[in-house]
Amino acid sequence: MSFPWANHYEPKQPFMRWLDEKLPLPRLAYNAVGAGYPVPRNLNYFWNFGVLAGAALAIQIVTGIVLAMHYHSDAASAFSSVNGTIMRDVNAGWFLRYAHANGASMFFIVVYTHIFRGLYYGSYKAPREMVWLLGVVIFLLMMATAFMGYVLPWGQMSFWGAQVITGFFSAIPGIGETIRVWLLGGYAPDDAALNRFFSLHYLLPFVIAAVIILHIWALHIPGSGNPTGVDVKGEQDTVPFHPYYTAKDGFGLGVFLLLFAALVFFFPDMLGHPDNYIAANPLQTPAHIVPEWYFWPFYAILRSFTSDFILPAKLWGVLAMFGSILLLFFLPWLDSSPIRSNNYRPKARTAFWVLVADVLILGYCGGSPADPVYVIVAQVCSAYYFLHFLVILPWIARTERPVALPNSITEAVLAGKGGTSPAETALAH
Amino acid sequence: MVRWIAALVGLAFAGVLAIALVITVWGVATDSTPKIWTGAPKSAETEFHHEHPRDAGLSSAGVFGKFDKQQLQRGFQVYKEVCSACHSLKYVAFRDLTGLGYSEGQVKAIAASFDNIPSVNPDTGEPATRKGVPADRFPLAFANDIAARAANNNAIPPDLSYMTRARHGGADYVYSLLTGYQDQPAALLKEFPEAKTPTGLHFNPYFANLNIAMPPPLKSEGQVQYSDGTKPTVDNMARDVAAFLVWTADPNLETRHQYGFFAVIFLLCSSVLAFGAYRNIWRDVKH
Repeated sequence: MSFPWANHYEPKQPFMRWLDEKLPLPRLAYNAVGAGYPVPRNLNYFWNFGVLAGAALAIQIVTGIVLAMHYHSDAASAFSSVNGTIMRDVNAGWFLRYAHANGASMFFIVVYTHIFRGLYYGSYKAPREMVWLLGVVIFLLMMATAFMGYVLPWGQMSFWGAQVITGFFSAIPGIGETIRVWLLGGYAPDDAALNRFFSLHYLLPFVIAAVIILHIWALHIPGSGNPTGVDVKGEQDTVPFHPYYTAKDGFGLGVFLLLFAALVFFFPDMLGHPDNYIAANPLQTPAHIVPEWYFWPFYAILRSFTSDFILPAKLWGVLAMFGSILLLFFLPWLDSSPIRSNNYRPKARTAFWVLVADVLILGYCGGSPADPVYVIVAQVCSAYYFLHFLVILPWIARTERPVALPNSITEAVLAGKGGTSPAETALAH
Repeated sequence: MVRWIAALVGLAFAGVLAIALVITVWGVATDSTPKIWTGAPKSAETEFHHEHPRDAGLSSAGVFGKFDKQQLQRGFQVYKEVCSACHSLKYVAFRDLTGLGYSEGQVKAIAASFDNIPSVNPDTGEPATRKGVPADRFPLAFANDIAARAANNNAIPPDLSYMTRARHGGADYVYSLLTGYQDQPAALLKEFPEAKTPTGLHFNPYFANLNIAMPPPLKSEGQVQYSDGTKPTVDNMARDVAAFLVWTADPNLETRHQYGFFAVIFLLCSSVLAFGAYRNIWRDVKH
């Protein structure tokens, strides 16, 4: 679907006309990411992150395919294939490896911004529920892919991370240990596990790419949202995606690559852990096992459950950790407010910022050793996390009095408030 | 309906967390030695471990860091004459040594000076050794882990290829550790008499558990004879070998910084141009 005023694809050259009749791929691109897709004119920079996430995935796939040409998925030689061969002997192998490892971090930075953009501007609400649901699926696939990718270099943190994460399955009462051994192909991570992780790590990015196509398809049915959350009323509210947003995304991509390059060339180890430069040793447990930074908030939630109340603490932790992501599937129906943008929802806005702080603190606790002070703070923050989505937000939606909405996007734009960002709104109050 | 179930689930998780919180707080409050910050009671490790190593002041540090090749060569000499007796460098190849400023001929000579590269006798098929060639990697210090343990009081001397990236503090840690050997402080023995360094181990406050199996490797000035006029003090030898191990762990550091410099300039220019294009295209659209 598209708006009636959308530009129509008209091939001019005979070859393009011929192609359009046989296989209308250029038409598809024109309507999806070209001049044929009308987009609200008031998008702010937070709307760049969808395209950036796509770029991050493309970088991961390209660097990953080349790395896979040099990598051995064999427990005896995996570490030396990465740290001996790729880092030292392969031409620009160090660059590929740093780009791939830091590319994962950049991918998560971008996707977390994209998710919080969605939370602030109510992008999960009707008529875009399916876009949100597919987005959560992508997020879950990303987490699985990133986890398995971190295991591949077979350093100490790779091995012990795999040990801890696959240990989640043993929390299932009764059959848990059997399931864990079956999934790993052994009692501890070894050749069998490494090979299946490598296989899945190569497969899942393409599954992600497929779900991204569905994500964009589902988005194009209602069209993109916008910072006011008000529906598009007419032609004056939109501009064609190309050249307007391709140009803006080009600039966004430049800044993204600039930060990415700074990380890869000057601080390649900043987001990694020194222990992963030590080859995996099943007989020596590291002092602190920590996952990659993008899992820290969830790791903090997992570790917060320290008491066996009815169920074992470990099972509570695993349920809560998975629950903390799965609850996002229900968000479109938990938040029943018809107002999308938090710019017009004072209470929901406050709760949003508390959630942002809450997740950041959870992340800090998750990356710290499990000392009592961090456990206590994480317990409070984990409780808020669940209460926010499952109790507070649904309650606010029923009781809050929103601020008056603009009548249209154009009206908001002419008043200078079309693309108001979360920070501007926060500062104005 | 969804919202009622959700609220119940949310309250259940929050309730269990509240119980866990009360138990955690109670545990801390009733503990005779409060340990809210560390999680562990006071010990010799918590009180006497130097968590932050001293700055080795290497030229390779920082965004514009470069190697001091003279220093790398001295560090290599320290490795070869001291460390290599026990520590391997198994990911580094002799040919890589051109990165220290050696010519190809010099590298050939260095490789040939190692005559213990594992090989096979072509006539009998028996295991044998031969002289190194530039394509070889540094030979192992011990045939296997069992031999390493047997010769080192049951400790395995770790491979040094990635040492400066495999420890918090990197080169500073290596430098501090090598120069940090000392007698156990009297205050430590007074407070924790049971933490006296066992025989066969050596007290070093930079080592995580304070007692390291490695005896002080750099003991006296002049242990290595430098040919470039640098005074071979223990401090200099430690700093030089730390610099060398930065190179072994990150031989592409200079190339990386160079590429990075151009990449950043290029992307900065592209971003400015892209911003101009964006503003130009949008000039007539208020947004």
